[in-house]
Amino acid sequence: MNMPTFSPANQQRLKSTLRQYGGIFLSLIALCVFFSLTNERFLSLANFMNILQQVAVIAVLAFGMTWVILLGDIDLSVGSMLAVAGMVGAQIIGLGWGFVPAVAITLLAGALMGLINGLLTAKLMLPAFIVTVATMSIYRGMVSLPTNGAPAMLTDPTWTAIGTGSVAGVPIIIWIVVGLFILNHLLLAHTTFGRRTYLTGGNREAAIYSGIKVDRLKISIFTISGLMAAVAGIMMSSRLYSAQTNAGMSYELDAIAAAVLGGTSLAGGVGTMVGTLIGALIIGALNNGMNMLSVPYFYQLIVKGLVILVAVWLDVRAKRQKG
Amino acid sequence: MSSTQQFPVLRLRQVAKHFGPVTALKCMDLQVERGRVHTLLGENGAGKSTLMKILAGVHPLSAGEMWLRGEPYSPATPQEAARRGLAIVFQELSLCNNLSVAENILATREPSRLGWISDAKLIAKAKALVDDLGLPINVHAKVGDLSMAQRQLVEIAKGLSHDADVVILDEPTSSLSDSEAEILFRIIGRLTERGKAVIYISHRMEEVMRLSDDITVIRDGEYVTTLKRDETTVAELISLMVGRSMESMFPPRLAEQQESATTPLFSVEGLTRPGEFSDISFDVGAGEILGFFGLIGSGRSEIMNALFGMRSAAGQIRLAGEIVKLSDATDAIKKGLGFVTENRKEQGLVLNQTVRANITMASLSTISAGGLLQSAKERRQASDEAKRLGVRTHSIETPVGTLSGGNQQKVVLAKWLATRPRVLMLDEPTRGVDVGAKFEIYRLIRQLAAEGTAIIMVSSELPEILGMADRIAIMAEGQLAAILPVAESTPERVMAHATGQHA
Repeated sequence: MNMPTFSPANQQRLKSTLRQYGGIFLSLIALCVFFSLTNERFLSLANFMNILQQVAVIAVLAFGMTWVILLGDIDLSVGSMLAVAGMVGAQIIGLGWGFVPAVAITLLAGALMGLINGLLTAKLMLPAFIVTVATMSIYRGMVSLPTNGAPAMLTDPTWTAIGTGSVAGVPIIIWIVVGLFILNHLLLAHTTFGRRTYLTGGNREAAIYSGIKVDRLKISIFTISGLMAAVAGIMMSSRLYSAQTNAGMSYELDAIAAAVLGGTSLAGGVGTMVGTLIGALIIGALNNGMNMLSVPYFYQLIVKGLVILVAVWLDVRAKRQKG
Repeated sequence: MSSTQQFPVLRLRQVAKHFGPVTALKCMDLQVERGRVHTLLGENGAGKSTLMKILAGVHPLSAGEMWLRGEPYSPATPQEAARRGLAIVFQELSLCNNLSVAENILATREPSRLGWISDAKLIAKAKALVDDLGLPINVHAKVGDLSMAQRQLVEIAKGLSHDADVVILDEPTSSLSDSEAEILFRIIGRLTERGKAVIYISHRMEEVMRLSDDITVIRDGEYVTTLKRDETTVAELISLMVGRSMESMFPPRLAEQQESATTPLFSVEGLTRPGEFSDISFDVGAGEILGFFGLIGSGRSEIMNALFGMRSAAGQIRLAGEIVKLSDATDAIKKGLGFVTENRKEQGLVLNQTVRANITMASLSTISAGGLLQSAKERRQASDEAKRLGVRTHSIETPVGTLSGGNQQKVVLAKWLATRPRVLMLDEPTRGVDVGAKFEIYRLIRQLAAEGTAIIMVSSELPEILGMADRIAIMAEGQLAAILPVAESTPERVMAHATGQHA
């Protein structure tokens, strides 16, 4: 964000930035070059917007996931929280309470679900993996409670405008992604909260001895993940004009893939929002490019998995050589 | 130079190692003979670890030649080094905590048929080895349940589990108590009697002078000289090692200790935690250094943790006369306590983070406003503290994990100085630190005391305690055995209290 000048500290930061994103950025460029060569429509502003729009939901989930992974944990319940949030929104709209209260309550519901994940991991000291596998199932089941498994229609024009409208020629959904990216980036890179997250993820014990309240931090971060899932739920339901009970199924994997592609270490303590955004873009570019080439869905799955493997391998190798 | 009646079992000539543009080892010569203990002496970062890794087959050498038993030697892998008869016990523990002692000792060489491990044979083999070495360790025990010192002994047994002509011990006593170190010295004696060559690395000069036959000094990646133990002195070795002469290991007291008629800055009364320590009472005045001595397991570290709010304990803590309740480290720091923990890699540092982030990690509130980090202020604070402590680093943006042990320890100290503590507790502040850095750390502790900080310094090195402390609190089995003014303390007297032999 700040312009690099050539003091030694900045030089070092520039170098470490290159080291951090070099491999992954090259992968993104290679993908774009490949798809541009195979399809002349790929490289255009319109298509870039298209990619961003398609990847918006994953990107927002991945922002939340990045926090959790930075702490050395994992949140597998984000897809389920997304669905619950959409359903909550649809129900509140159905009650006729209007748009703003619906959004507020939806966000609150997401935060509450995340808070529960955080309390269970921090206070009962259960592994996050187990807790969120359980809540993934619980939240997913809860989606169907109000409608007995049927989707809930959403006709509120303001709600649906989020997914379909534009402001200043840019889809609202992209504004939201960009806004949340900046917010998360600033929070992570420039606040004590973000710093504590890095320190705790890097060495929990040292963080405790340095006076960081790691339990409180963990609870806050799972809450952020729930909040991001709620935003993603709003975006998705507004695009589909409905809250589906199976919305966001297995999206946690794409969110994790985006974060890890972006250089976030599953061991904790390493990663950035910039990296995660690039990771999400890689996934988006892949989906988009292969759709344009009319690659069958099952091949897409295979290719996506391979690209993730290769990109992460390149990244790990680059870091190991430098280190 | 050394005797020629027998060719050296290991010989190195002009060995060098470069990592890209960085030269870790410039020009190393070494001759190691059978039946002798050969100590490598050098500051951290002098190239000892690199040399060990070359010998162990972890790194290939960049230039030079090596011979083992007269045959050219340049192992490509640690396995090859082991096969050729070189055993190495690394300083860093490389054990699996969830496996048993036996499983660890024979890791990757379990007696097996078709991949099926024979537990009976495994136990028998490990037990034979442990008994042969005279280690007081149960081979069935899980490594995770052992103390750090016992783990170190397991590590040693593991290193010696295959037959070797040359045994390398890299700071093996750094986490051992004196009595455990004795066990190790016995093992070393037995090895040399059997005609093995032992290469020994340690920073503890008494130990070096006691064990070594030959001593080779390395400085800045270069061979300096090889001396016979009987023909040198500690002072000479230190000056060779640091390249300058060092008047005395312990800097003189800067200010005369003011006899405190007023209330002590920090006082503890009846601190008790069942099973760990009981009825601990002492006080420390501003500007005073209270040494805390005791054998490993006597409860010293546990007390420090309780004082820092990391564990609950009954009793009263007063800060400047006022009773304080410390429920966690956050509280303790806020009240003006600092705690340089014993184990810097586990409790002190975030290794993948920069020097800057590590220095400021306990004082984030002073470099932020409304939760926003002020990066200019942070950089200034970090580089000021780094400079004050003489942290040798390329820049404050370097990951702290790449620094040498002594410099890492200085970063931990810098972290706590940045919090401006009124009371600073130091638990083994010079463990695994080279002589030069040790001296600097001592000087800094003195300076802090002169500035009015109350200092509690835990150490299991008696000379360090005697050289630094104003008064010495001696622990024995969870109890405070005595508090002696340093003027009335002799090594014998302190040890007598610590071992409970004092009537």
